[in-house]
Formats: sequence, C-alpha cells, structure tokens
Amino acid sequence: MDEKPLAIVLFSGTDDKLNAAAVMASGAAALGRRVHIFLQYWALDAFRADRIEDDHGLAPEAGAAGKAAVDALRAEGQAPWYETLAMAKELGGVEIMACSLSMDVLRITEDDLHELVDGTEGVTAFYLAADDAQLLFI
Amino acid sequence: MSDIHTTVDAKGLSCPMPIVKTAQAVKNVPAGELVEVLATDPGSVKDFAAWTRSTGNAIVEQTEADGVYRFVIKRA
Repeated sequence: MDEKPLAIVLFSGTDDKLNAAAVMASGAAALGRRVHIFLQYWALDAFRADRIEDDHGLAPEAGAAGKAAVDALRAEGQAPWYETLAMAKELGGVEIMACSLSMDVLRITEDDLHELVDGTEGVTAFYLAADDAQLLFI
Repeated sequence: MSDIHTTVDAKGLSCPMPIVKTAQAVKNVPAGELVEVLATDPGSVKDFAAWTRSTGNAIVEQTEADGVYRFVIKRA
C-alpha cells in the first residue's frame, strides 16, 4: 500500500509515552504504513534488554489519579508497550533504530539492547529514512 | 452470504488492538473470504471505517448489541 510512512523520534522513557508511541506505530502498521522509530535518550534507556519490562513510571502530569487509572488498565490485561510494538513489527514495515549519540551518552552498546531494536544510526541516516514521512516527536 | 472464515475476538481490548489483531488475522485469509470481528472499544466504529477505506477491505455487516460491536469484513 502506498500510504505515507510514519517517522517517530521517541525521546521519552516513561511508560505512558512509550505506550503512546507504540499505539501510534501499531495503528500505522495496521494501515500498511511503513514506520521508522528513532530512539533517543530515555526512550533508548528503556529498551535495554534487562530493563524493558521494568516499571518506567509516568509523566509528572499523571499524578496519583493518573497512575491509578493506568494501573487499573494494566490489571485488566492491557498489553504493555513493548508487546504492542512487537505486534506492530509482526505486521511488517516497522523499523526501530537506536540514536548513536544517545548510545554514547548512556554508554549503551547494541548487545545491551532488546531484540526489538534493529540497529544503530545517526541523525543523517534518520532524516534520509524519514524523508517522505509524517514526523512525530514523543 | 458465505460463511465466516475467521473470527477475531477483540472484546475488552483497547485501541489500537482490535485493528492490529484484525490486520494480523486478514493476512492469513484468502481474498473474498469473511472475517468477523467482535470489539468493545467504542473507537472501533470509526477505526474500522477508516481502516477498511484505507486498506480496500470492505465492511459488509455491522451491528452492536450489549456494548459489543460486530463487524463482518470482506477481505480485499
């Protein structure tokens, strides 16, 4: 399908924002759109293989009531963001890349990252990949 | 009307899971066959309309009973 691709610069590392990105990515993949996700800073940190299933907290504006609402959804069995992303990748056309600068800053190597991450790239490669795409920053 | 080839039970799942699970399911369904989807997400009404318009699949039947939306989709 010739749908416009989606590019997401995923910067934030809290579970609510990671989930928002996973929802946007999987919805686009279901429409047959290609999706390119560029992981920076705290988002990249959340993709460490040994921490991906940890509780990454919520954005400060969530507050106690927001946290209770999110916890209730989880208790009902809502898929965590990394499972939603795995499903999006199964649909096809979804690529997740680590930002090489963030890798340096956080002293992360590719061996530290979860298998959802396809590789490492710099900002130039990201722009080329995202050339004709709709761009989101989360 | 021919028989249902595959049923996707997406009841209780939040957006975008009903669409994602349906998109996964239709990959294994031959063209022209019918997929039945059951969902409770109220957003699924607009979402399935948009998804079928974009993917070329067609909603041939749509009902709602007791908070459960039922869509029958013909695979393009």
